[in-house]
Amino acid sequence: MDVLVFQILNAVYYASVLFLIAAGLSLIYGVMGIVNMAHGSLFALGAFVTATITQYAAGHVPTLLLFLLLPLGAVAVGILGLAIEPLLLRRLYVRAAEEYPLLITFGLLLILEDAMRFVWGSNPISANLLVQYLGSVSIFGSLYPIYVLFVIAVAIVTGLALWLFVYRTKFGIILRATAQDMKMASGLGLDVRRVYMLAFAGGCFLVALAGAVVVPYQAAVLGMGMDALILAFVVVVIGGLGSLKGALVGALIVGGVRTVGIEFFPELELASLYIIAAAVLLVRPTGLFGTKS
Amino acid sequence: MKGDAITSRGGAISLRLAVAAILGCALLAIPQLVSPYQTLLLTYGLVMAIAALGFNLLLGYTGLLSFGHSAFFGTGAYTAALMAKYLGIHSMETFILAGLATAFLMSALFGVVCVRHTRIFFAILVMALSQVLWTLAYKFYGITNGTDGLNVPFPTLLGGSLTFRGAGAYQRFIVAYYYYVAVLFLLSAAVMWMITQSPFGKTLQSIRDNQTRAEFIGIRVRLCRWMAFLFSGTFTGLAGVLWLPLNRHVTPDVLYWPFSGEIVFLTVLGGFQSFSGPIVGALAFSYLKTYAVAWTEYWQFLLGAVLIFLVMALPTGIVGTLELLAARLKWPSFKPRI
Repeated sequence: MDVLVFQILNAVYYASVLFLIAAGLSLIYGVMGIVNMAHGSLFALGAFVTATITQYAAGHVPTLLLFLLLPLGAVAVGILGLAIEPLLLRRLYVRAAEEYPLLITFGLLLILEDAMRFVWGSNPISANLLVQYLGSVSIFGSLYPIYVLFVIAVAIVTGLALWLFVYRTKFGIILRATAQDMKMASGLGLDVRRVYMLAFAGGCFLVALAGAVVVPYQAAVLGMGMDALILAFVVVVIGGLGSLKGALVGALIVGGVRTVGIEFFPELELASLYIIAAAVLLVRPTGLFGTKS
Repeated sequence: MKGDAITSRGGAISLRLAVAAILGCALLAIPQLVSPYQTLLLTYGLVMAIAALGFNLLLGYTGLLSFGHSAFFGTGAYTAALMAKYLGIHSMETFILAGLATAFLMSALFGVVCVRHTRIFFAILVMALSQVLWTLAYKFYGITNGTDGLNVPFPTLLGGSLTFRGAGAYQRFIVAYYYYVAVLFLLSAAVMWMITQSPFGKTLQSIRDNQTRAEFIGIRVRLCRWMAFLFSGTFTGLAGVLWLPLNRHVTPDVLYWPFSGEIVFLTVLGGFQSFSGPIVGALAFSYLKTYAVAWTEYWQFLLGAVLIFLVMALPTGIVGTLELLAARLKWPSFKPRI
């Protein structure tokens, strides 16, 4: 019984992290029509920055305060996003091809991966302190780390906030209008440039938040972004690129399949995900909730 | 410029042939002139050029950007490596035939799924599928040795008439293998040239330029895309087989998606809007990467910066930029119409 509950919690934890990553990817694609290849690297960057902040702050501030410092890594990457968009991407909107942003962000990926290797070296960095601080909870007589539940809570709160932001605020309306028809939005006097910049920064913030909440539980290592990117692709392919609901459902499916796979067929666990993604695309070309083709 | 090209079309073609002949002679003379190390680098470049030629049939001619061509390259390489390990085969020709067959089957399979999509979905889908192969090579340790990879001895060339054992085997192999690859490269380039100039090649270009119109004039768009995918993957698979004896060691890295990115990179570097672009890009990339790796530990950073610069400032790549310069200076045009 306890094993079953643990596995379900593991799956939900996994889905929570993937949801944050995929929501960022989908936000950027939904508004700007850009698939950000550097998305995984921004995830890793969020993890590294957060781990470093936690390590420096540990011992100087009460551990409870460290939880408030967690989003700092995400904020830093969000600010980086504010710089990346006008510097690298803005000039490409006039070109019709979707391929150029893909190439630019692939270049950015190469740069970021090496920049992280330069700054942090190849040793894993952990912020395990926070997991220890929260301790464990007893479920059916077995211990389970509370921190995992915290991550799930963060993802739920962030998801709700994002949904309210997109569907219930004025800026959300502007965002959706721009996503639907950029030229028309611009014609109506909306500052499309600003919307693009903020959407990109928002996507960066979300993915880095995933990195930030993951890092106390699983250390920041080089290359973590590469795997994350592929998994995020699988999530958005299943759920539909550009859809928030799709990111959620896709993340739950991938989280579930992965947990089952690790338990029963570890060799084929990753392969089965890709095959599911391909199967979904065969049946529903735009993913389960995608609208754009 | 356009008028020029039309009136001097015959002249341009004979000029082009002359240039091709000179380049061909240079290709043959090179191992006699440069060190074995340089020869090795050039061989790597030629192998990647075959991969890029295949890749560009999709990107440049059909308008599909694949971020998963590592799948076919890796299929070729692993086919040969597994045959060497489990069947004790060492004949390069057998490797090539088997590698072509497996890459052909793999691209046929991938193609069926992928060509239903275009643009970004196509790119992501090929990438996701290519990672299936990566995880298989990575996880089935008992068969593939996982990340340790497989070691391969020197293969025999030309039906076993050239074997490489004992002292000086390495030097002899490099020179002989250079010629082997050079011939196959010329052959591949010729075949690819014929494909692109054939009615089928023109059909692909019409699909690239306007899919709707292509459908309206009765072209079976999806079938043509699938065939382009098939040719493309098979060429890249051939490159994978040819790459193996150079490296003599294969790990799942050749199936991992950043390697697909490398193929994309070198094609964009040379320029995907011309036939010769991928070839120039592959050769240039071979040197660029080698010297970047030797120069700094952070060579990826350098490559990333180069890629961003290319896309921002020179989106037509090396060949396209030279074309532009030539046009400015009113040189005759070498650019084969794509």
